[in-house]
Amino acid sequence: MIKDYTLTVTNQIEVADTIYELTLAGAITKDPIAAGQFVNVKIPNPAYILRRPFGIAEVNVAQGYIKLIYRVVGDGTQILAQLSKGATLNVLGPLGHGFPSEFLNQNADVLIIGGGTGLPPLYELSRRLYHEGHHLDIALGFPNKQRIFYEAKMSQFGHTMVSTDDGSYGLQGTIIDLIDQNFTDKSYQAIYACGPRGLELAVSAHFKGHPHAYISAEARMACGIGICNACVLHTTADTSGATNKKVCTDGPVFHINEVVL
Amino acid sequence: MTTLGVQLPGLDLKNPIMPASGCCGFGEELGNLYDLNQLGAIMIKAATSKPRFGNPTPRVAETPQGMLNAIGLQNPGVATIVAEKIPKLHAKFKDLPIIANVAGSAQADYVAVCDQISRAPGVSAIELNISCPNVAHGGMEFGVDPTAAFELTKACVNVSAVPIYVKLSPNVTDIREIAKAVAMAQPAGFTLINTLVGMRFDLTTRQAILANQTGGLSGPAVLPVALRLIHQVRSVCDLPIIGMGGVTCAEDVLEMIIAGADAVAIGTANLTDPFACPEIITALPAVMAKYHISSIESLIHERKGKLVK
Repeated sequence: MIKDYTLTVTNQIEVADTIYELTLAGAITKDPIAAGQFVNVKIPNPAYILRRPFGIAEVNVAQGYIKLIYRVVGDGTQILAQLSKGATLNVLGPLGHGFPSEFLNQNADVLIIGGGTGLPPLYELSRRLYHEGHHLDIALGFPNKQRIFYEAKMSQFGHTMVSTDDGSYGLQGTIIDLIDQNFTDKSYQAIYACGPRGLELAVSAHFKGHPHAYISAEARMACGIGICNACVLHTTADTSGATNKKVCTDGPVFHINEVVL
Repeated sequence: MTTLGVQLPGLDLKNPIMPASGCCGFGEELGNLYDLNQLGAIMIKAATSKPRFGNPTPRVAETPQGMLNAIGLQNPGVATIVAEKIPKLHAKFKDLPIIANVAGSAQADYVAVCDQISRAPGVSAIELNISCPNVAHGGMEFGVDPTAAFELTKACVNVSAVPIYVKLSPNVTDIREIAKAVAMAQPAGFTLINTLVGMRFDLTTRQAILANQTGGLSGPAVLPVALRLIHQVRSVCDLPIIGMGGVTCAEDVLEMIIAGADAVAIGTANLTDPFACPEIITALPAVMAKYHISSIESLIHERKGKLVK
Protein backbone atom coordinates (compact mmCIF):
# COMPACT_ATOMS: atom_id res chain seq x y z
CA MET A 1 0.00 0.00 0.00
CA ILE A 2 1.41 3.37 -1.03
CA LYS A 3 1.61 5.79 1.88
CA ASP A 4 3.37 9.05 2.64
CA TYR A 5 5.56 7.82 5.47
CA THR A 6 7.46 10.02 7.89
CA LEU A 7 10.79 8.24 8.29
CA THR A 8 13.63 9.09 10.66
CA VAL A 9 17.25 9.30 9.60
CA THR A 10 19.18 6.83 11.76
CA ASN A 11 22.44 7.01 9.84
CA GLN A 12 24.05 8.74 6.88
CA ILE A 13 27.51 7.99 5.52
CA GLU A 14 29.44 9.04 2.42
CA VAL A 15 30.25 5.65 0.87
CA ALA A 16 32.24 7.11 -2.05
CA ASP A 17 33.02 10.53 -3.49
CA THR A 18 29.67 12.45 -3.54
CA ILE A 19 27.72 9.20 -2.95
CA TYR A 20 25.72 8.84 0.25
CA GLU A 21 24.01 5.94 2.00
CA LEU A 22 20.98 7.09 3.97
CA THR A 23 19.31 4.82 6.53
CA LEU A 24 15.66 5.62 7.22
CA ALA A 25 13.65 3.97 9.98
CA GLY A 26 9.88 3.78 10.24
CA ALA A 27 6.67 2.00 9.38
CA ILE A 28 7.40 1.61 5.63
CA THR A 29 8.91 -1.85 6.23
CA LYS A 30 5.67 -3.16 7.79
CA ASP A 31 4.16 -3.78 4.34
CA PRO A 32 5.89 -5.89 1.67
CA ILE A 33 8.53 -4.15 -0.46
CA ALA A 34 9.78 -5.85 -3.65
CA ALA A 35 13.43 -5.56 -4.71
CA GLY A 36 13.48 -2.92 -7.44
CA GLN A 37 10.68 -0.76 -6.05
CA PHE A 38 11.44 2.90 -5.32
CA VAL A 39 10.41 5.75 -3.06
CA ASN A 40 9.73 9.42 -3.84
CA VAL A 41 11.42 11.59 -1.24
CA LYS A 42 10.30 15.12 -0.38
CA ILE A 43 13.21 17.51 -0.04
CA PRO A 44 12.80 19.09 3.42
CA ASN A 45 12.65 22.65 2.09
CA PRO A 46 9.45 24.17 0.64
CA ALA A 47 11.29 25.74 -2.31
CA TYR A 48 11.66 22.26 -3.86
CA ILE A 49 8.27 20.96 -4.84
CA LEU A 50 9.27 17.90 -6.86
CA ARG A 51 10.11 14.80 -4.86
CA ARG A 52 13.26 12.84 -5.74
CA PRO A 53 12.83 9.20 -6.79
CA PHE A 54 15.36 6.67 -5.40
CA GLY A 55 15.50 2.91 -5.79
CA ILE A 56 15.39 1.13 -2.44
CA ALA A 57 18.88 -0.24 -1.76
CA GLU A 58 18.08 -2.40 1.25
CA VAL A 59 15.06 -3.44 3.26
CA ASN A 60 15.52 -4.64 6.84
CA VAL A 61 12.15 -5.78 8.14
CA ALA A 62 13.46 -7.05 11.50
CA GLN A 63 15.09 -3.74 12.39
CA GLY A 64 12.51 -1.60 10.58
CA TYR A 65 14.66 0.41 8.20
CA ILE A 66 15.35 0.96 4.52
CA LYS A 67 18.52 2.28 2.92
CA LEU A 68 18.78 4.67 -0.01
CA ILE A 69 21.97 5.45 -1.92
CA TYR A 70 22.24 8.60 -4.00
CA ARG A 71 24.78 10.89 -5.59
CA VAL A 72 24.77 14.61 -4.90
CA VAL A 73 23.99 16.15 -8.28
CA GLY A 74 22.09 19.32 -7.39
CA ASP A 75 20.60 21.45 -4.65
CA GLY A 76 17.98 18.88 -3.63
CA THR A 77 20.43 16.04 -3.07
CA GLN A 78 22.83 18.50 -1.39
CA ILE A 79 20.11 19.22 1.18
CA LEU A 80 19.59 15.48 1.71
CA ALA A 81 23.32 14.98 2.20
CA GLN A 82 23.31 17.45 5.09
CA LEU A 83 20.67 15.55 7.06
CA SER A 84 21.93 14.02 10.25
CA LYS A 85 20.64 11.43 12.68
CA GLY A 86 17.18 12.22 14.03
CA ALA A 87 16.00 14.29 11.04
CA THR A 88 12.72 13.20 9.44
CA LEU A 89 11.77 12.88 5.78
CA ASN A 90 8.45 12.44 3.99
CA VAL A 91 8.84 9.34 1.88
CA LEU A 92 6.13 8.22 -0.54
CA GLY A 93 6.22 4.52 -1.31
CA PRO A 94 6.83 1.79 -2.01
CA LEU A 95 6.31 2.66 -5.69
CA GLY A 96 6.43 0.81 -9.00
CA HIS A 97 7.10 -2.85 -9.74
CA GLY A 98 10.22 -4.73 -8.73
CA PHE A 99 12.40 -7.26 -10.55
CA PRO A 100 10.48 -10.42 -11.49
CA SER A 101 12.15 -13.58 -10.18
CA GLU A 102 9.31 -16.02 -9.53
CA PHE A 103 10.16 -17.89 -12.75
CA LEU A 104 13.71 -18.79 -11.61
CA ASN A 105 14.55 -22.48 -11.25
CA GLN A 106 16.21 -23.69 -8.05
CA ASN A 107 19.86 -22.63 -7.84
CA ALA A 108 19.57 -20.62 -11.05
CA ASP A 109 22.52 -18.82 -12.65
CA VAL A 110 21.85 -15.10 -12.64
CA LEU A 111 23.85 -12.15 -13.97
CA ILE A 112 23.65 -8.81 -12.15
CA ILE A 113 24.83 -5.70 -14.06
CA GLY A 114 25.10 -2.44 -12.14
CA GLY A 115 26.39 0.93 -13.29
CA GLY A 116 27.17 3.72 -10.80
CA THR A 117 24.18 4.81 -8.77
CA GLY A 118 22.06 2.25 -10.66
CA LEU A 119 23.55 -0.31 -8.29
CA PRO A 120 21.35 0.29 -5.18
CA PRO A 121 18.17 -1.65 -6.14
CA LEU A 122 20.41 -4.49 -7.38
CA TYR A 123 21.92 -4.80 -3.91
CA GLU A 124 18.55 -5.69 -2.37
CA LEU A 125 17.78 -7.99 -5.32
CA SER A 126 21.14 -9.75 -5.03
CA ARG A 127 20.74 -10.15 -1.26
CA ARG A 128 17.39 -11.87 -1.74
CA LEU A 129 18.43 -14.04 -4.69
CA TYR A 130 21.56 -15.18 -2.82
CA HIS A 131 19.51 -16.19 0.24
CA GLU A 132 17.12 -18.07 -2.04
CA GLY A 133 20.10 -20.16 -3.18
CA HIS A 134 20.70 -18.76 -6.64
CA HIS A 135 24.19 -18.40 -8.12
CA LEU A 136 25.08 -14.82 -8.89
CA ASP A 137 27.71 -13.33 -11.16
CA ILE A 138 28.03 -9.60 -10.68
CA ALA A 139 29.43 -7.00 -13.11
CA LEU A 140 29.81 -3.47 -11.76
CA GLY A 141 30.86 -0.37 -13.68
CA PHE A 142 31.88 3.01 -12.28
CA PRO A 143 33.33 6.20 -13.75
CA ASN A 144 36.49 5.97 -11.65
CA LYS A 145 38.01 4.52 -8.47
CA GLN A 146 36.73 7.38 -6.27
CA ARG A 147 33.12 6.63 -7.16
CA ILE A 148 33.22 2.89 -6.39
CA PHE A 149 30.92 1.73 -3.61
CA TYR A 150 29.47 -1.57 -2.37
CA GLU A 151 32.05 -3.74 -4.18
CA ALA A 152 32.74 -5.75 -1.00
CA LYS A 153 29.08 -5.92 -0.05
CA MET A 154 28.12 -7.25 -3.48
CA SER A 155 31.01 -9.76 -3.37
CA GLN A 156 29.23 -11.54 -0.49
CA PHE A 157 26.59 -12.68 -2.95
CA GLY A 158 28.67 -13.86 -5.90
CA HIS A 159 31.67 -13.54 -8.18
CA THR A 160 32.05 -9.77 -8.59
CA MET A 161 34.15 -7.92 -11.18
CA VAL A 162 34.55 -4.17 -11.60
CA SER A 163 35.30 -1.92 -14.56
CA THR A 164 36.01 1.80 -14.59
CA ASP A 165 35.73 4.22 -17.48
CA ASP A 166 39.20 5.64 -16.81
CA GLY A 167 40.91 2.40 -15.77
CA SER A 168 41.75 3.69 -12.30
CA TYR A 169 40.42 0.41 -10.85
CA GLY A 170 39.59 -2.98 -12.30
CA LEU A 171 39.16 -3.34 -16.03
CA GLN A 172 39.39 -0.19 -18.11
CA GLY A 173 36.38 -0.18 -20.36
CA THR A 174 32.65 -0.49 -20.49
CA ILE A 175 30.54 -2.94 -18.61
CA ILE A 176 29.94 -4.82 -21.85
CA ASP A 177 33.74 -5.26 -22.16
CA LEU A 178 33.72 -6.61 -18.61
CA ILE A 179 30.94 -9.07 -19.43
CA ASP A 180 32.60 -10.17 -22.69
CA GLN A 181 35.88 -10.86 -20.90
CA ASN A 182 34.57 -12.50 -17.73
CA PHE A 183 30.99 -13.67 -17.93
CA THR A 184 30.57 -15.62 -21.16
CA ASP A 185 30.90 -19.22 -20.06
CA LYS A 186 27.47 -19.57 -18.46
CA SER A 187 23.98 -19.45 -19.87
CA TYR A 188 22.20 -17.21 -17.38
CA GLN A 189 18.55 -17.84 -16.69
CA ALA A 190 18.05 -14.18 -15.84
CA ILE A 191 19.89 -10.92 -16.32
CA TYR A 192 19.10 -7.87 -14.19
CA ALA A 193 20.60 -4.48 -15.00
CA CYS A 194 20.36 -0.96 -13.71
CA GLY A 195 22.49 2.03 -14.60
CA PRO A 196 22.72 5.03 -16.89
CA ARG A 197 20.79 4.99 -20.17
CA GLY A 198 23.95 4.11 -22.15
CA LEU A 199 24.51 1.01 -20.03
CA GLU A 200 20.91 -0.06 -20.36
CA LEU A 201 20.94 0.41 -24.14
CA ALA A 202 24.16 -1.65 -24.38
CA VAL A 203 22.75 -4.38 -22.14
CA SER A 204 19.52 -4.43 -24.16
CA ALA A 205 21.46 -4.85 -27.40
CA HIS A 206 23.87 -7.43 -25.95
CA PHE A 207 21.14 -9.68 -24.55
CA LYS A 208 18.59 -9.07 -27.31
CA GLY A 209 16.09 -11.92 -27.46
CA HIS A 210 16.88 -13.21 -23.97
CA PRO A 211 13.58 -14.24 -22.37
CA HIS A 212 14.48 -12.94 -18.91
CA ALA A 213 16.69 -9.87 -19.29
CA TYR A 214 15.39 -6.91 -17.28
CA ILE A 215 16.44 -3.30 -16.85
CA SER A 216 15.30 -0.77 -14.30
CA ALA A 217 14.73 2.46 -16.20
CA GLU A 218 15.52 5.93 -14.95
CA ALA A 219 13.36 8.91 -15.84
CA ARG A 220 12.77 12.51 -14.89
CA MET A 221 9.66 12.15 -12.79
CA ALA A 222 7.23 14.31 -10.88
CA CYS A 223 4.46 12.45 -9.03
CA GLY A 224 5.88 8.90 -8.98
CA ILE A 225 2.36 7.42 -8.86
CA GLY A 226 1.16 7.61 -12.46
CA ILE A 227 -0.88 10.81 -12.54
CA CYS A 228 1.40 13.33 -14.26
CA ASN A 229 2.65 11.38 -17.31
CA ALA A 230 6.12 12.94 -17.10
CA CYS A 231 8.09 9.67 -17.20
CA VAL A 232 6.61 7.90 -20.22
CA LEU A 233 8.46 5.67 -22.68
CA HIS A 234 7.39 4.44 -26.08
CA THR A 235 6.88 0.70 -26.35
CA THR A 236 8.85 -1.41 -28.82
CA ALA A 237 5.53 -2.65 -30.21
CA ASP A 238 4.53 0.95 -31.02
CA THR A 239 7.69 3.03 -31.27
CA SER A 240 6.05 6.30 -32.33
CA GLY A 241 2.36 5.96 -31.56
CA ALA A 242 0.23 6.83 -28.55
CA THR A 243 0.85 3.55 -26.70
CA ASN A 244 3.17 4.14 -23.78
CA LYS A 245 4.51 2.85 -20.50
CA LYS A 246 5.02 4.95 -17.41
CA VAL A 247 8.35 4.32 -15.69
CA CYS A 248 6.78 5.04 -12.29
CA THR A 249 3.84 2.64 -12.36
CA ASP A 250 4.42 0.25 -15.27
CA GLY A 251 8.13 0.07 -14.35
CA PRO A 252 10.67 1.00 -13.31
CA VAL A 253 11.62 -2.58 -14.19
CA PHE A 254 10.93 -3.61 -17.79
CA HIS A 255 11.94 -6.54 -19.94
CA ILE A 256 14.56 -5.29 -22.43
CA ASN A 257 12.15 -5.89 -25.33
CA GLU A 258 9.28 -3.95 -23.78
CA VAL A 259 10.18 -0.28 -24.05
CA VAL A 260 12.23 2.14 -26.14
CA LEU A 261 14.84 3.61 -23.80
CA MET B 1 -26.50 25.28 3.42
CA THR B 2 -23.53 23.28 4.60
CA THR B 3 -20.34 24.93 5.72
CA LEU B 4 -18.33 23.84 2.68
CA GLY B 5 -20.95 23.26 -0.03
CA VAL B 6 -21.09 25.30 -3.24
CA GLN B 7 -23.72 25.24 -6.00
CA LEU B 8 -22.54 25.99 -9.52
CA PRO B 9 -24.21 25.30 -12.87
CA GLY B 10 -24.22 21.52 -13.30
CA LEU B 11 -22.15 21.07 -10.15
CA ASP B 12 -23.53 20.36 -6.70
CA LEU B 13 -20.22 20.51 -4.82
CA LYS B 14 -20.08 19.18 -1.26
CA ASN B 15 -16.96 21.30 -0.87
CA PRO B 16 -15.12 23.71 -3.17
CA ILE B 17 -12.08 21.46 -3.70
CA MET B 18 -11.25 19.45 -6.81
CA PRO B 19 -8.01 18.12 -8.28
CA ALA B 20 -7.10 20.03 -11.45
CA SER B 21 -6.89 18.45 -14.88
CA GLY B 22 -3.53 16.87 -15.61
CA CYS B 23 -2.79 16.40 -11.92
CA CYS B 24 -5.08 13.46 -11.20
CA GLY B 25 -5.13 11.37 -14.38
CA PHE B 26 -8.57 9.78 -14.73
CA GLY B 27 -8.87 9.29 -10.98
CA GLU B 28 -7.57 5.75 -11.05
CA GLU B 29 -4.34 6.25 -9.09
CA LEU B 30 -5.64 8.73 -6.50
CA GLY B 31 -8.73 6.53 -6.15
CA ASN B 32 -6.47 3.75 -4.91
CA LEU B 33 -5.06 6.07 -2.23
CA TYR B 34 -8.23 7.67 -0.81
CA ASP B 35 -12.00 7.84 -1.21
CA LEU B 36 -12.59 10.33 -4.04
CA ASN B 37 -16.21 10.79 -2.90
CA GLN B 38 -14.71 13.22 -0.36
CA LEU B 39 -13.85 15.64 -3.16
CA GLY B 40 -16.08 18.42 -4.41
CA ALA B 41 -15.44 17.19 -7.96
CA ILE B 42 -12.62 15.90 -10.16
CA MET B 43 -11.26 17.47 -13.35
CA ILE B 44 -9.99 14.55 -15.39
CA LYS B 45 -7.15 14.66 -17.90
CA ALA B 46 -7.71 16.33 -21.25
CA ALA B 47 -9.48 14.35 -23.95
CA THR B 48 -8.70 14.84 -27.63
CA SER B 49 -10.43 13.28 -30.63
CA LYS B 50 -7.50 10.89 -31.33
CA PRO B 51 -5.05 9.24 -28.91
CA ARG B 52 -1.95 11.35 -28.25
CA PHE B 53 1.45 10.25 -26.92
CA GLY B 54 2.30 13.86 -26.13
CA ASN B 55 5.71 15.50 -26.16
CA PRO B 56 9.14 13.86 -26.02
CA THR B 57 10.84 13.63 -22.61
CA PRO B 58 12.13 15.30 -20.43
CA ARG B 59 8.68 16.72 -19.81
CA VAL B 60 9.19 18.31 -16.39
CA ALA B 61 11.74 20.60 -14.75
CA GLU B 62 11.88 22.05 -11.28
CA THR B 63 11.78 25.81 -10.68
CA PRO B 64 11.89 27.79 -7.43
CA GLN B 65 8.58 27.04 -5.65
CA GLY B 66 7.27 25.55 -8.85
CA MET B 67 7.77 23.37 -11.89
CA LEU B 68 7.57 23.45 -15.66
CA ASN B 69 5.70 20.78 -17.54
CA ALA B 70 5.30 20.04 -21.21
CA ILE B 71 3.33 16.81 -21.21
CA GLY B 72 1.56 17.71 -24.45
CA LEU B 73 -1.99 16.51 -23.78
CA GLN B 74 -1.09 12.84 -23.62
CA ASN B 75 -4.35 10.87 -23.53
CA PRO B 76 -5.85 7.69 -24.96
CA GLY B 77 -8.43 9.59 -27.05
CA VAL B 78 -12.07 10.41 -26.37
CA ALA B 79 -13.41 7.01 -27.46
CA THR B 80 -11.35 5.12 -24.86
CA ILE B 81 -12.00 7.77 -22.22
CA VAL B 82 -15.77 7.52 -22.72
CA ALA B 83 -15.78 3.73 -23.05
CA GLU B 84 -13.34 2.86 -20.25
CA LYS B 85 -11.92 5.65 -18.09
CA ILE B 86 -15.09 7.57 -17.18
CA PRO B 87 -17.31 4.48 -16.53
CA LYS B 88 -14.61 3.02 -14.27
CA LEU B 89 -14.33 6.23 -12.25
CA HIS B 90 -18.09 6.75 -12.09
CA ALA B 91 -18.76 3.14 -11.01
CA LYS B 92 -16.25 3.36 -8.16
CA PHE B 93 -17.15 6.87 -6.94
CA LYS B 94 -20.85 7.43 -7.56
CA ASP B 95 -21.05 10.72 -5.61
CA LEU B 96 -18.15 12.35 -7.42
CA PRO B 97 -19.05 14.98 -10.05
CA ILE B 98 -16.75 14.55 -13.05
CA ILE B 99 -15.58 17.57 -15.02
CA ALA B 100 -14.22 16.41 -18.39
CA ASN B 101 -11.42 18.50 -19.88
CA VAL B 102 -11.65 18.85 -23.67
CA ALA B 103 -8.78 19.90 -25.93
CA GLY B 104 -8.07 19.84 -29.65
CA SER B 105 -6.18 21.32 -32.55
CA ALA B 106 -9.17 22.48 -34.62
CA GLN B 107 -12.66 23.72 -33.77
CA ALA B 108 -14.29 20.65 -35.31
CA ASP B 109 -12.28 18.40 -32.94
CA TYR B 110 -13.39 20.34 -29.88
CA VAL B 111 -17.02 20.22 -30.98
CA ALA B 112 -16.95 16.48 -31.68
CA VAL B 113 -15.26 15.68 -28.37
CA CYS B 114 -17.66 17.91 -26.40
CA ASP B 115 -20.63 16.27 -28.10
CA GLN B 116 -19.41 12.78 -27.23
CA ILE B 117 -17.97 13.27 -23.75
CA SER B 118 -20.84 15.45 -22.46
CA ARG B 119 -23.16 12.47 -22.88
CA ALA B 120 -21.02 10.07 -20.87
CA PRO B 121 -22.80 9.03 -17.65
CA GLY B 122 -21.22 10.73 -14.65
CA VAL B 123 -19.91 13.76 -16.54
CA SER B 124 -21.42 16.84 -14.86
CA ALA B 125 -19.58 19.57 -16.74
CA ILE B 126 -16.88 20.24 -19.33
CA GLU B 127 -13.75 22.28 -18.88
CA LEU B 128 -12.95 23.64 -22.34
CA ASN B 129 -9.17 23.79 -22.58
CA ILE B 130 -8.40 26.69 -24.92
CA SER B 131 -5.20 27.45 -23.06
CA CYS B 132 -2.78 24.51 -23.19
CA PRO B 133 0.65 26.06 -23.85
CA ASN B 134 2.33 22.77 -24.78
CA VAL B 135 0.90 21.81 -28.15
CA ALA B 136 1.98 23.10 -31.54
CA HIS B 137 -1.52 23.61 -32.90
CA GLY B 138 -4.73 24.53 -31.16
CA GLY B 139 -4.85 24.87 -27.41
CA MET B 140 -3.58 28.30 -26.49
CA GLU B 141 -4.01 29.58 -30.07
CA PHE B 142 -7.74 29.75 -29.36
CA GLY B 143 -7.36 31.16 -25.89
CA VAL B 144 -5.31 34.23 -26.86
CA ASP B 145 -7.62 35.44 -29.64
CA PRO B 146 -10.99 36.88 -28.49
CA THR B 147 -12.79 36.08 -31.74
CA ALA B 148 -11.52 32.51 -32.01
CA ALA B 149 -12.24 31.95 -28.31
CA PHE B 150 -15.80 33.24 -28.70
CA GLU B 151 -16.53 31.13 -31.78
CA LEU B 152 -15.07 27.95 -30.34
CA THR B 153 -16.97 28.39 -27.06
CA LYS B 154 -20.24 29.10 -28.89
CA ALA B 155 -19.90 26.00 -31.07
CA CYS B 156 -19.15 23.80 -28.05
CA VAL B 157 -21.92 25.29 -25.90
CA ASN B 158 -24.35 24.50 -28.74
CA VAL B 159 -23.53 20.78 -28.84
CA SER B 160 -22.76 20.03 -25.19
CA ALA B 161 -25.28 18.22 -23.00
CA VAL B 162 -23.64 19.63 -19.85
CA PRO B 163 -22.51 23.12 -18.75
CA ILE B 164 -19.19 24.32 -20.15
CA TYR B 165 -16.50 26.11 -18.16
CA VAL B 166 -13.85 27.73 -20.34
CA LYS B 167 -10.25 27.45 -19.14
CA LEU B 168 -8.46 30.74 -19.70
CA SER B 169 -4.79 31.32 -20.41
CA PRO B 170 -2.67 33.70 -18.35
CA ASN B 171 -0.42 34.19 -21.39
CA VAL B 172 -2.36 37.16 -22.76
CA THR B 173 -2.03 40.94 -22.75
CA ASP B 174 -5.42 41.52 -21.11
CA ILE B 175 -7.39 38.54 -19.81
CA ARG B 176 -10.49 40.73 -19.41
CA GLU B 177 -10.83 41.09 -23.19
CA ILE B 178 -10.77 37.30 -23.67
CA ALA B 179 -13.17 36.76 -20.75
CA LYS B 180 -15.65 39.29 -22.08
CA ALA B 181 -15.55 37.77 -25.56
CA VAL B 182 -15.99 34.22 -24.25
CA ALA B 183 -18.83 35.34 -21.94
CA MET B 184 -20.81 36.46 -25.02
CA ALA B 185 -20.95 32.78 -26.04
CA GLN B 186 -22.76 32.05 -22.76
CA PRO B 187 -20.68 29.33 -21.17
CA ALA B 188 -21.56 28.30 -17.59
CA GLY B 189 -18.36 29.80 -16.25
CA PHE B 190 -14.59 29.99 -16.35
CA THR B 191 -11.68 28.08 -14.93
CA LEU B 192 -8.36 29.87 -14.52
CA ILE B 193 -5.45 29.96 -14.70
CA ASN B 194 -3.74 27.51 -16.99
CA THR B 195 0.06 27.50 -16.71
CA LEU B 196 2.44 30.36 -17.56
CA VAL B 197 4.89 29.69 -20.39
CA GLY B 198 8.47 29.39 -19.17
CA MET B 199 11.88 27.85 -19.84
CA ARG B 200 14.89 26.46 -17.98
CA PHE B 201 18.36 25.65 -19.29
CA ASP B 202 20.98 23.13 -18.24
CA LEU B 203 24.36 24.73 -17.51
CA THR B 204 26.29 21.62 -18.55
CA THR B 205 24.58 20.93 -21.87
CA ARG B 206 23.64 24.58 -22.57
CA GLN B 207 20.31 23.22 -23.81
CA ALA B 208 16.73 23.77 -22.65
CA ILE B 209 15.90 21.15 -20.02
CA LEU B 210 12.52 20.36 -21.54
CA ALA B 211 12.52 18.48 -24.83
CA ASN B 212 9.67 20.78 -25.88
CA GLN B 213 11.94 23.77 -25.04
CA THR B 214 9.12 25.65 -23.31
CA GLY B 215 6.69 24.42 -20.68
CA GLY B 216 3.94 25.61 -18.38
CA LEU B 217 4.91 27.02 -14.98
CA SER B 218 2.77 25.90 -12.05
CA GLY B 219 3.05 25.52 -8.29
CA PRO B 220 3.17 28.02 -5.42
CA ALA B 221 5.23 30.46 -7.52
CA VAL B 222 2.18 31.28 -9.69
CA LEU B 223 -0.36 31.81 -6.86
CA PRO B 224 -0.18 35.63 -6.84
CA VAL B 225 -0.48 35.75 -10.64
CA ALA B 226 -3.53 33.50 -10.50
CA LEU B 227 -5.12 35.63 -7.76
CA ARG B 228 -4.65 38.79 -9.77
CA LEU B 229 -6.04 37.29 -12.99
CA ILE B 230 -9.05 35.80 -11.20
CA HIS B 231 -9.67 39.20 -9.64
CA GLN B 232 -9.44 40.85 -13.06
CA VAL B 233 -11.91 38.45 -14.68
CA ARG B 234 -14.24 38.81 -11.70
CA SER B 235 -14.17 42.58 -12.19
CA VAL B 236 -15.71 42.31 -15.68
CA CYS B 237 -17.90 39.24 -15.38
CA ASP B 238 -20.38 37.63 -12.97
CA LEU B 239 -20.04 34.08 -14.30
CA PRO B 240 -18.81 31.40 -11.87
CA ILE B 241 -15.06 30.95 -11.69
CA ILE B 242 -13.23 27.79 -10.65
CA GLY B 243 -9.89 29.22 -9.56
CA MET B 244 -6.56 27.39 -9.74
CA GLY B 245 -2.87 28.16 -9.72
CA GLY B 246 -0.42 27.35 -6.95
CA VAL B 247 -2.92 26.49 -4.22
CA THR B 248 -1.39 24.27 -1.53
CA CYS B 249 -3.41 24.89 1.66
CA ALA B 250 -6.79 25.93 3.06
CA GLU B 251 -5.63 29.54 3.45
CA ASP B 252 -4.83 29.71 -0.28
CA VAL B 253 -8.33 28.37 -1.06
CA LEU B 254 -10.00 31.14 0.93
CA GLU B 255 -7.72 33.75 -0.62
CA MET B 256 -8.75 32.58 -4.08
CA ILE B 257 -12.43 32.85 -3.18
CA ILE B 258 -11.88 36.37 -1.86
CA ALA B 259 -10.15 37.22 -5.16
CA GLY B 260 -13.19 36.08 -7.14
CA ALA B 261 -13.35 32.29 -7.37
CA ASP B 262 -16.41 30.21 -6.47
CA ALA B 263 -14.58 26.90 -6.22
CA VAL B 264 -10.90 25.97 -6.26
CA ALA B 265 -8.89 23.35 -8.09
CA ILE B 266 -5.66 21.91 -6.72
CA GLY B 267 -3.02 21.13 -9.33
CA THR B 268 0.69 20.74 -8.74
CA ALA B 269 0.20 20.16 -5.00
CA ASN B 270 -1.13 16.68 -5.91
CA LEU B 271 2.24 15.86 -7.47
CA THR B 272 4.11 16.86 -4.32
CA ASP B 273 1.58 15.23 -2.02
CA PRO B 274 -1.08 12.91 -3.47
CA PHE B 275 -3.18 13.43 -0.35
CA ALA B 276 -3.20 17.25 -0.79
CA CYS B 277 -6.92 17.52 -1.63
CA PRO B 278 -8.35 15.57 1.35
CA GLU B 279 -5.84 17.32 3.64
CA ILE B 280 -7.03 20.74 2.46
CA ILE B 281 -10.71 19.73 2.80
CA THR B 282 -10.05 18.54 6.36
CA ALA B 283 -8.18 21.73 7.22
CA LEU B 284 -10.78 24.15 5.80
CA PRO B 285 -13.33 24.31 8.69
CA ALA B 286 -10.75 25.29 11.32
CA VAL B 287 -9.11 27.88 9.09
CA MET B 288 -12.56 29.28 8.21
CA ALA B 289 -13.42 29.50 11.91
CA LYS B 290 -10.18 31.35 12.58
CA TYR B 291 -11.20 34.04 10.07
CA HIS B 292 -14.87 34.05 11.11
CA ILE B 293 -16.11 32.58 7.85
CA SER B 294 -19.35 30.68 8.53
CA SER B 295 -19.51 29.00 5.11
CA ILE B 296 -17.93 29.09 1.66
CA GLU B 297 -21.21 30.41 0.23
CA SER B 298 -21.21 33.21 2.81
CA LEU B 299 -17.68 34.19 1.81
CA ILE B 300 -18.75 34.30 -1.85
CA HIS B 301 -21.81 36.36 -0.88
CA GLU B 302 -19.69 38.76 1.17
CA ARG B 303 -17.31 39.22 -1.77
CA LYS B 304 -20.15 39.99 -4.16
CA GLY B 305 -21.18 42.81 -1.84
CA LYS B 306 -17.85 44.56 -1.77
CA LEU B 307 -15.62 43.49 -4.62
CA VAL B 308 -13.76 46.50 -5.90
CA LYS B 309 -14.11 46.68 -9.66
